[in-house]
Amino acid sequence: MSKRNSINRINDQVFKWFGIACTIFGLAMLAIFLYSVLSEGIPRLDWQFLTSLPSRKPENAGIFVGIVGSLWIMGLTALIAIPLGVASGIYLEEYGKKNMIASFIEINITNLAGVPSIIYGLLALEIFVRVLGFGKSLLTGSLTLSLLVLPIIIVATRESLKAVPNTIREASYALGATKWQTILYQILPASAGGIMTGVILALSRAVGESAPLIVSGALIYTSVIPSHPMDDFSVLPIQIFNWLSRPQKGFIVNATAAIIVLLGITFIMNGIAIYLRNRWQKKIKW
Amino acid sequence: MRIKEKIIEGLLLLSAAISILTTFGILYVLISDSYPFFQKVSLLEFFTDTQWTPLFADKHFGILPLVAGTLLTSGIAIAVALPIGLTIAIYLNEYASPGFRKVIKPILEILATIPTVVYGFFALVVITPYLQNFFPEMGGFNALSPGIVMGIMIIPLISSMSEDALYAVPKSLREASYGMGATRLQTSFRVLVPAASSGIIVSTILAISRAVGETMIVAIAAGQQPNLTANPLEPVETITTYIVQVSLGDVVQGSLEYQTIFAAGITLFALTFVLNNISFYFKKRFREKYE
Repeated sequence: MSKRNSINRINDQVFKWFGIACTIFGLAMLAIFLYSVLSEGIPRLDWQFLTSLPSRKPENAGIFVGIVGSLWIMGLTALIAIPLGVASGIYLEEYGKKNMIASFIEINITNLAGVPSIIYGLLALEIFVRVLGFGKSLLTGSLTLSLLVLPIIIVATRESLKAVPNTIREASYALGATKWQTILYQILPASAGGIMTGVILALSRAVGESAPLIVSGALIYTSVIPSHPMDDFSVLPIQIFNWLSRPQKGFIVNATAAIIVLLGITFIMNGIAIYLRNRWQKKIKW
Repeated sequence: MRIKEKIIEGLLLLSAAISILTTFGILYVLISDSYPFFQKVSLLEFFTDTQWTPLFADKHFGILPLVAGTLLTSGIAIAVALPIGLTIAIYLNEYASPGFRKVIKPILEILATIPTVVYGFFALVVITPYLQNFFPEMGGFNALSPGIVMGIMIIPLISSMSEDALYAVPKSLREASYGMGATRLQTSFRVLVPAASSGIIVSTILAISRAVGETMIVAIAAGQQPNLTANPLEPVETITTYIVQVSLGDVVQGSLEYQTIFAAGITLFALTFVLNNISFYFKKRFREKYE
């Protein structure tokens, strides 16, 4: 009995160390990864690199076209996806709680969240590029990514609306406010922090995406800076992908430097999202 | 006033209905654009031919090599992510101090926010050369390296969701087990993991679905050769890579090559759709159990 007991104790300790090892493995991978990117890319990262057009010579090439494209995509996606996503969230949480349409929409959203991003590229290739005739433009790209990130914004909006207690709604109705006035002046301001968090996470996802954009026709190589939503474009992740597929060592170094910029954007956005979430959770105690 | 309220409600409903439109759009596009393909290529040939060479002169349209490539890379990813992710979940839930857990969880979740093209770089430039030390015969493109990297990417998916499931197991079960003199290990594996099994299965299936649909990592590091093999050291092409490969070239709209990407797309959609719905089924069961 006591022998078995001590074996159990030993097993318990062994698993504890195995658990620590697994956790360290995850953290170590992250560290190795950041180190390999930073050590190789930082020397290449200078003003010339940020402001230059692509080039056949790796030492002259820069990421300006990719950065401008990514900023355009982020801005247009925000313009399209935020109103639609927040409006859908409001409908599902405040209006259509029990009706059939709402539950059908919910099933759709859950399913859409699991559809691989490249499938959205095929949808865009047929509908936006061909049927609607938007071509391989920034508009097509941002519509594609808007559809992709809508479920994230909708779910975040619903969660934040749900967190607003019913007493707020009832107090507003008691003062004679209509349903929409209540939502616009009471519920939305109270849940803005949570919605913003979801929006930023969705946009940070959009900035890092490349597969659906490649399929719906974003350019792999271009030296034209887009200036209009109907212009052709490329984005930072696609530029990285292009450089990784070149055999010259110089382009791999370029890709590494571009990755630092992309990771910088992603981490800053996620950081803001986490900060907003914490501040919002602390500030509001119902 | 009342009319304005109704109009607003209508507009909100219209926005929400976009999700339905998107679903039907996806189904419509995949079916209508792959339909002409399946008129020329029979389903029997599609599922039994062992070669996929639509871009060559001698054309074969067997999806098996692409499916095999997809399952091989996803299988490697799960083989890495499931044991590590589940162990981390159990460790953080039963062994680690709450403070440690609070710090480690968000750091691990950084892994899930890194853009996938960056993971592709990691597989191609860091992991593959490292693995070549052990397998000198392995080429620059292979299934193993992107598989491992995808596994690292989905560790937080499994560890976070499994930890939530373990955490949701009623305290009374845990305390009863400790009361019987069980160790933390015994409590974890004989009480908590079985009780949280639905949640763990859900997280695993969602992770598989994520790996099956993952594009950039495999497009960068696994190669572009349709290859019906189970050898992880060989280059493989996944369904997603094939779609990217065709999209990178100049393919004439309406041509047979153009239709093949929709045929590949509908196969991928069907795979992930089945996986996702199995996970919804388990999720529903999981909810019923403890509420």
